[in-house]
This record gives sequence, structure tokens and C-alpha cells, in this order.
Amino acid sequence: MISVDGLTRYYGDKRALSDVSFHVKKGEILGLLGPNAAGKTTAMRILTCYMPPTSGAATIGGYDILSQSMEVRKITGYLPENPPLYHDMVVNDYLEFVCRLKGIPKDRFSIEIDSVLEKTNLGDERSRIIGKLSKGYKQRVGLAQSLLNNPQIVILDEPTVGLDPKQIIEIRELIKNLKGEHTVILSSHILPEIEQTCERVVIINDGKVVAEDTPENLTNHLKGIERVFLQVEGKEEDIRSALNSVKNIKSLNIDSVTDGIVKVSIESDVDLRKKLAKTIVTAGLGLVELSADRFTLEDIFLHLTTKEEAA
Amino acid sequence: MNSILAIINKDFKSFFYSPVAYIIIAIFAALSGVFFYLYTSNFIEAAFMDTMRSQQYRMAAQKFNVNLMLIRPYFWNIALISIFTLPAITMRLYSEEKRAGTVELLYTTPIMPVQIIIGKFIAGLLFYIVLLIPTMFFQSILFMYGSPEFFPVLSGYIGLILMGSAFIAAGLFISTTTENQIIAAIGGFALSLLLWVIGWGAHSAGPLLGGVLDYISIINHFEDFAQGVIDSTHIIYYLLFSFVGLYFSTKMIESVKWRA
Ligand SMILES: Nc1ncnc2c1ncn2[C@@H]1O[C@H](COP(=O)(O)OP(=O)(O)OP(=O)(O)O)[C@@H](O)[C@H]1O
Ligand SMILES: [Mg+2]
Repeated sequence: MISVDGLTRYYGDKRALSDVSFHVKKGEILGLLGPNAAGKTTAMRILTCYMPPTSGAATIGGYDILSQSMEVRKITGYLPENPPLYHDMVVNDYLEFVCRLKGIPKDRFSIEIDSVLEKTNLGDERSRIIGKLSKGYKQRVGLAQSLLNNPQIVILDEPTVGLDPKQIIEIRELIKNLKGEHTVILSSHILPEIEQTCERVVIINDGKVVAEDTPENLTNHLKGIERVFLQVEGKEEDIRSALNSVKNIKSLNIDSVTDGIVKVSIESDVDLRKKLAKTIVTAGLGLVELSADRFTLEDIFLHLTTKEEAA
Repeated sequence: MNSILAIINKDFKSFFYSPVAYIIIAIFAALSGVFFYLYTSNFIEAAFMDTMRSQQYRMAAQKFNVNLMLIRPYFWNIALISIFTLPAITMRLYSEEKRAGTVELLYTTPIMPVQIIIGKFIAGLLFYIVLLIPTMFFQSILFMYGSPEFFPVLSGYIGLILMGSAFIAAGLFISTTTENQIIAAIGGFALSLLLWVIGWGAHSAGPLLGGVLDYISIINHFEDFAQGVIDSTHIIYYLLFSFVGLYFSTKMIESVKWRA
């Protein structure tokens, strides 16, 4: 449905995107994940025909973004990073204006507007002035606008920014409901968001794609490694020497020492929890806490992006 | 076509969201009202004095022509007020979209740059016509108490609207170049001032240079309209000027869009 092939974009001398390629299948939700200045907004602006790439190509619903930009725009709904709102306008008038821009026939305005207001839970605000809405509600109006005309493709740039936790959950639900009927690309630098809503993730850093997979597969990537956190009462040297006797420890790190409690993190190929507990207890040290920790997308993200920087 | 209507509708209404619009309307009405009063009272005084004199010396009273002595200079006055008011209308026409980031909506929905520009131009022109309404009201007083020729009044308004189009197209272009309304306004005023000064210079410069300046000057082309002459060269001049302004505005947003 969306196919991106070698997009590169320069701003003057600065390269914001280099050779970015990915594909999105029909009905899929793709997460574009990356830290600030990674190039997420740049990529989305290119896909929505706001600006052209310096080189590379992309098609949306089979239409080329450069030569068939009007067709692309007809089937795409876009929520920019800063919602494009006219602050003096009333919500309903604004949505009506967007209906006209999108070429929706006049007799369908009210059906379309009612439907997006319902989806974004904005029904009660329809006759309020946009400038007087709270930030979260402005964001919703932006989202409502992008969903007008029920576009096949929906591109959302950080849709949950500025929302409170309750609203975030609502918007995530909304996005999940788009799945199947719509093809969605959504950007974020918040990992749990991507993990919860997206079926596939493209991680970009410094303008380059550093990983592309399902959230599960990315976690499995580092699955071989088990991580254990320990809090032990005792002297640092005693703890070290006791733990040195345990086999299969890949790395051992003393994170901090406070009030005689030492925090240790251990990585290994195998599950060492039982062995570690036994060793500490038999060495006469006080085991305060022991917990296992899986790698989260966060770790993978840091792992990938720092590796990239080192290279 | 529908997209153009959408822009006209939005931008025309949006003038009235801002207090600036009401201030402009008030100032325009006040200035044109004061000048109307001055011209009218001068005219009446002159006519009255003449009547007195003719009775004293038992001569036939002179014919006083309202069109020539009142309506014509009054149109000049409106034209002058207009060229310094129009930049205030055009300043936010495009800059505001850039500042607010709503260009991102306009550029990603199926509307073409030329449609955006035409829509904004027409919205600006409609607002200018609203500004002219009080002057129409003032002039109708003349028709209630006298019998001036109607045609010069009509041609005067046609001239004002044509001249207004040229200024609005130029101001719109300036507005597309910046996201700062104040810069757009200053640019517009500077342009108006320049064109006005050129018109002045045309009268005092030598024949050759004067001719050139006279042609460039937007306001000098208004002269014939004010005296009831509709000359196609002046119509073409204004239409061409407007077209060039709109053309460059369109090119500007097409290129800015590709550079952003
Ligand atoms: N209009 C512009 N002119 C010049 N440089 C720009 C422009 N827009 C973006 N950049 C640069 O391009 C790079 C990528 O920016 P982009 O906005 O795409 O990042 P992002 O991933 O969306 O970041 P964020 O999470 O902060 O929104 C940044 O280094 C930014 O400074
Ligand atoms: Mg961004």
C-alpha cells in the first residue's frame, strides 16, 4: 500500500534523511520510531506531498508522490506535528472547511463531520472556538480533520503528544480501531505507544533506518540474554567474590551502593536466578531483592541507536 | 472551483474575526467621510458665493458641475486612502497561514496553489468592496439633493476596484514571501509609497522619463476612470498587473513549498 524507496532529503547542506526504505501492507499499522531530529517529520512530510525528497521515490496506494501528488492527497489523511488549526474558527466550521478542501460533496458534510467527531469524542465541543480549546482537544480536532473522508491511508505525526494519560489511552484505542480498514503510519519517540499500537516498527536514527521488524521480533533479537537485578546487603568486595564463583555470568555491574545495600545487575545466557540466590545466602550476605528483567523495546532502541553512533 | 470557494469563504470570514478589520473599516469610513464633508462644503460654499455675486451684479449664475468639482477629486481621494489601506488587508492574507502552520493542511489536501491564491485574492477584493460601501452611501446623498451624472460615478468605482485588484495582487505576493505580518505590511506600504511617489514624479519629470513613470504608476491610470472615461488600455494595465502579481504569488508558494 505504501512503498518507500531510498528517500533522501537535504535541508541545505544538512542531511535529514538518508536512503530510507520501507513498505507498509494494506490495513497495517506501522510505527516510525526515533529520537528527536531523527527525521520522522521529514519522512512524513515527504509522504504527504508537503515537500519533495532530494532523491528517492515513494508510492502511496500505487500513486507516485511526485507525479501523482493530487491522487495521493485524495486518499491520505494527515495529522502534522503541530495540528494545522485556524484558532478563530469554530470546530464545526473548521471541519466543514477541510471537507471542502478534500472535495467531499456538500450533502455528505454533516455525515462525515458527525462521524469524525464521534471517533475523536469531540461531539460536545463542535460549536466551540478552536483557540479556546485545551491542547489535548486541539490535538483531537487535528486528528478529526485527518480522518475526514475516511482516507485509505492515515499518517499521524506524534498523535498523542500533549494528551493526558486517559486521552492517550482513548487515542490509542482509536488508532487500533483504524487497523484493517485503514493503512496507518504513526510516529513517536515514546516506545510503549509503538509497542501497543503497531504491528511493525521502523526505527530511524539520524536519518537512517536502523531496524525494521515487529515489536515482538525486535525483543526476541536480544532474547538470548537474561538480565537479573540484585539488591544485596553487605560489602562490595564480599559480594563480588561470592558472585565470581557463579558460572555463566556474561557481565556483572555494580550500579550503586547506598546505606550498605549494593545494587547489582547481571547479564547471562541462561536463567541464573536460583543459583544467584543460593550463592548469596550461603555466603552469609543479605538478599534484599532479586528480579529478572526482559529487554524492552527501549533497550533495543538504545542498543541500536548507540551502536549506530559508534559505527 | 469548490476549493476556490472554500478559500474565499474562509478568508473573507476570517477578516472579521480580527479586530484589525473593524479598525480598518472605521478608519476608511472616517477618512472618506471627512473628505466627503470637506469637498461638499467647499462646493456648496463656492456655489453659494457665486449665486450671491450673480444676484448682486445681475449676471447669469455660473454652472457648477458636481461631477467635475466634487465627485472627481473625491474619487482621487478614495484612491489615495485605498493604496495606504490595502497593505493592511493583504498583510495577513498568506503570512498568517505560514505562521500558524496551516499551510501544512493546504499543501497536503487536494487543492492546487493557484486555487489557493485566486481564493485569497478574491476574498481580499471582496473585503475592499466592503470598505467602499460607506463612500457609496456618501455619494448617494449627492443624488438625493442634486442630479449629477451617474456614469462617472460608476466608472470611478470600476476604476477603484481595478486599481484595488492590482494592489491586492501585489500585496498578496509580498504576503507569500514572509510569515511575519508586520514585515508583509511594511513591504506593502513601501510599495504603495513608491508607486505613489512615482506618480508624482511623472508630472514633474521631463517628457520622456515622465511618460515612462506615468505608465508605471498604478495610480495615474486611475485618472481617466475618475473623470468618467473607461479606456481599455487602463483596464488592460490593471488586469495585467493583477495577473502578474497572482502569477508570482503562485510560483512563490509552489517554490517555497518545495524548499521548506
Ligand atoms: N525546515 C527545516 N530546515 C532545516 N532543517 C530542518 C528543517 N526541518 C527539519 N530540519 C532538520 O532535519 C532533521 C530532522 O528533523 P525532523 O523534524 O524530521 O525530526 P523528527 O524525527 O520529526 O524529530 P522530533 O521527534 O523532534 O519531531 C533535524 O536535524 C532538523 O533540524
Ligand atoms: Mg517530528
